[in-house]
Amino acid sequence: MSVEFPTALILILGAALVPLLRGWLRSAWLLILPLLAFAHLLALPEGSFGAIELFGLPLTLVRVDRLSLLFGYVFLLAAFLNALYALHSRDTVQHVAMLVYAGSALGAVFAGDLLTLFIYWEGTAVSSVLLIWARRTGESYRAGMRYLVVQLLSGMLLLAGALLYAQHSGSLAFEHFTLEQPGAWLMLLAFGIKCAFPLLHNWLQDAYPEATEIGTVVLSAFTTKLGIYALARGFAGTEMLVLIGTVMTAFPIFYAVIENDLRRVLAYSVNNQLGFMVAGIGLGTELALNGAVAHAFADILFKALLFMSMGAVLLRAGTVKGSELGGLYKSMPWTAGFCIVGAASISAFPLFSGFVTKSMIMAAALEEGHVVVWLVLLFASAGVFHHAGIKIPYFAFFAHDSGIRCKEAPLNMLAAMALAAALCIGIGCFPSALYSLLPWPVDYVPYTASHVLSQLQLLVFSALAFSVLMRTGIYPPELRSVNLDFDWVYRKLGRGMALGVIEASAALYRLATVPTERLLRGVLARIYRHHGPEGVLARTWPTGSMVLWVAILLGAYLVLYYI
Amino acid sequence: MSENNAPGKRYWLDRSENVTLIYRALWVVGILLLVADLVVHRHEEIGFAEVFGFYGLYGFFACVALVLAAKLLRKLIMRPEDYYER
Repeated sequence: MSVEFPTALILILGAALVPLLRGWLRSAWLLILPLLAFAHLLALPEGSFGAIELFGLPLTLVRVDRLSLLFGYVFLLAAFLNALYALHSRDTVQHVAMLVYAGSALGAVFAGDLLTLFIYWEGTAVSSVLLIWARRTGESYRAGMRYLVVQLLSGMLLLAGALLYAQHSGSLAFEHFTLEQPGAWLMLLAFGIKCAFPLLHNWLQDAYPEATEIGTVVLSAFTTKLGIYALARGFAGTEMLVLIGTVMTAFPIFYAVIENDLRRVLAYSVNNQLGFMVAGIGLGTELALNGAVAHAFADILFKALLFMSMGAVLLRAGTVKGSELGGLYKSMPWTAGFCIVGAASISAFPLFSGFVTKSMIMAAALEEGHVVVWLVLLFASAGVFHHAGIKIPYFAFFAHDSGIRCKEAPLNMLAAMALAAALCIGIGCFPSALYSLLPWPVDYVPYTASHVLSQLQLLVFSALAFSVLMRTGIYPPELRSVNLDFDWVYRKLGRGMALGVIEASAALYRLATVPTERLLRGVLARIYRHHGPEGVLARTWPTGSMVLWVAILLGAYLVLYYI
Repeated sequence: MSENNAPGKRYWLDRSENVTLIYRALWVVGILLLVADLVVHRHEEIGFAEVFGFYGLYGFFACVALVLAAKLLRKLIMRPEDYYER
């Protein structure tokens, strides 16, 4: 049998069997599928295949190169971690959605043309929303609806852009675009929604924290990183992205500091980390692009680890609100430990994964002479340590003892977290393994005395700032609240305006119809009076009066004639 | 695991003097890192980053500024938890 078929099919078709399996058979199947797909990926030769023709346009179902392979590997790693993390659950919907979602994301990164990309793109949207709805609450239903609308909008923009592009260039091939090409702007916007560009970002913070404890972990891996992949493939070196990425690193951290829902804090830090990648893609040098995709690789793993630890807290303690938690290290020491590994990785501590990937982007920013950008990225690096590195473990597991005593996370969750933690430390200690997979040759050396010392200074003094603010009571307490973000525009302003328009048009309708109706009623009543059953003109007249009238007419005629 | 869940159990971190100990240790580490700055000559792409303690000071003041700004932001954007449900 030829191996030249989309790897995505293994996961998507494999998912169809899941509802038929129960117990350990299903568990085994969930774990085997990503491994099977991984083996298939290793067997795939580089190049393009699966060429078919649709309406005269050639499509390429599979394109294997170093960029798509890198994302393929990490997506399958994530799929395996997710499957392991989800084993304790019996929810078939989540098991199936998880596999179809991972498969769609995998298909999308190997898509050689824009139409294939679009189909998988929509596949990720439709399958992933089930992971939000699987929480089965009113709030998650509404958040899922908002999420779906935004995701499908991104798909529509991609399709419109692709068709416009194909009309002018005669090709649907997914290659590098320039903004002058027709349709390119629409595609950039479509990718920008998935990458959570500023003002297009709020679907992420809105929906991810509303998903199930498994769902948020799965969601964090694929959609945004698919956006990063598409951006790196299509728009590398687009100057504007440097600015967009830099803004993205900075603004979410202010929200993260005051957010109470710890999974929402992590959603803001997803946004912040995506900013580093977008900036790297905008810089467009080999070092920057390598840094961007390497950071995407590392981010999938440490973000999954952080979301897994918070998912375990949600499962066991019943909440992830900072205001309700504290002291959980007593009940969940393993989860706390794994969370700290994730926190150290996202904060780029030496020997942890973020240290060897994020620094490539920052070095590239300086090489290109972007000093202000570099300073903002450095600010954001300190900030991410502050809100994700310290705040998450501190308020969940330490701080004041909330009195919550619960069981440690289930064994399968701990195993998934242990594996993710091992990968984070492995990448941090042996970066050459990851570097050898990167699309371009790497001559970057992360472990220099200068780099280690400067990073440790940055982090330790950020931690000191946190401690000082905490001990002096200046640090804002965790409060039950929501913070207004851009989603206010459509959840409050837009909704208010829509309701206003509906009410105004109803009033206008009443205003227009009430007098007209009265007038019509009057006319109808008059017609009825004359022509209705009792009306003058509808009366049955006796034959005698007819004869009389005829006699009068004849008489009158006779008289006139005579005269 | 069950003994971990005993509500009465006292942990090392439950004693405030131990927390203070960690806090002081963190300061010691910070100061040692500044001393290291004098010994190691950091090679930087950009001139001002070679200034003594640049990263430490930048990290400290960046975080203080971040928290103070976020506190101000709270005045502007914080709403009750059921804001969108009403």
